[in-house]
Amino acid sequence: MTDHFSTKSRLAAFALAMVIGAFVSAGAAQAQSAVDEGRKLAFDRGKGNCLTCHVIKGGDLPGTIGPELVDIKSKYPKREDLVAILHDETLRNPLTVMPPFGRNRILTEKEINAVVDFLQTL
Amino acid sequence: MKLRSAIYLASAALSLALLTLASTLPSDAADKVDPVADAKAFKKFFTDKFPKVKLEDFVNGPYSMNEDLYRQWQEKEQFPPYEFSLEMGKEMFSKPFKNGKTYADCFENGGIGVRQNYPYFDAKEGKVITLELALNRCREANGEAPYSYVRDEMAALTAYMAFTSRGKPMDIKIPDDPRALAAYEAGKEYFYTRRGQLNFSCATCHVQSPGERIRAEILAPALGIVNAMPIYRSEWSGMGTTSRRFTTCNSQIRGVPLSPQDDEYRNVEYYLSYVSNGLPISGPGARP
Repeated sequence: MTDHFSTKSRLAAFALAMVIGAFVSAGAAQAQSAVDEGRKLAFDRGKGNCLTCHVIKGGDLPGTIGPELVDIKSKYPKREDLVAILHDETLRNPLTVMPPFGRNRILTEKEINAVVDFLQTL
Repeated sequence: MKLRSAIYLASAALSLALLTLASTLPSDAADKVDPVADAKAFKKFFTDKFPKVKLEDFVNGPYSMNEDLYRQWQEKEQFPPYEFSLEMGKEMFSKPFKNGKTYADCFENGGIGVRQNYPYFDAKEGKVITLELALNRCREANGEAPYSYVRDEMAALTAYMAFTSRGKPMDIKIPDDPRALAAYEAGKEYFYTRRGQLNFSCATCHVQSPGERIRAEILAPALGIVNAMPIYRSEWSGMGTTSRRFTTCNSQIRGVPLSPQDDEYRNVEYYLSYVSNGLPISGPGARP
């Protein structure tokens, strides 16, 4: 009985572990794919095109108008601040050169989130 | 009596306050179009920003922005990429129209050394006349079809006319005519107004960011930018007129370009040329 129970519970625990593991790795894969998507958008001339104005690790021939995109997580601990800057930086700084990616629909909300995921890895 | 004097005092105080307010508000000064002050402030902005660049060197665009590029420019000038266009322009300029007349008949001094006077304000029409426009009008007046404003023929003609005017200081006049001032002001407004999906004005790149790079390209200062027109651009692998530059700038910021020589483009060229007065004509130019 004890044995039977323990086998059963061990099986259950194993199954649970498998399920959790699958979730975690799926979550990690999703996060990774968002980061990759964000990087692609950041370098894409037709989309985010961040590289045109900012130095970004891994990007060739960056522009110099904006600040280097580095240590983003320590500079902007709050994710929503980054989203706001990408959405429409003119609200914070009317003279900014930065295009209002959200307001002018250059990027979708999902794309902005992917770029933010990428920025947070820098 | 007491009440009356109180009212009198109060109204006197109020009008004094209004007077003070009126004199502190800059509305009068701001509303007044003052091209002379504009041009002075415009030049000062650039010379303050780039203290090492000589005023007359701003006409070399990105090549004026650092020493390495300046050297590149000097090397480029040994075998200028606009040479073919210049040759073509010279030949076109001297070849008579079917009616026997030539371009020289349409312009002061036979069209030689007059680039610095364009655009000018035409009092009869009440509008700005650019060199490109004047060239096509000359053609049409002589029974020839006008050229495309953005293609090689127009670039060649303006290249030749600029070349014969090299070194002459830009000399744009704003006559004492409210319509001329209005055209200037409209051009200035266009220059500083943000537009397009990217939300850029001309000034965003060429006043706020000259000398900075967008990817590998160096942004040119607005001061003297028209003095170098037309330009050979390596990126275009060919020549470009002022019209081509304006329309492609508008496309690049994901705006809808106006038609070449639209009133607004004529006005912005008028503004931009006026504030570059005194700087030498350097066209045709070469750009990366």
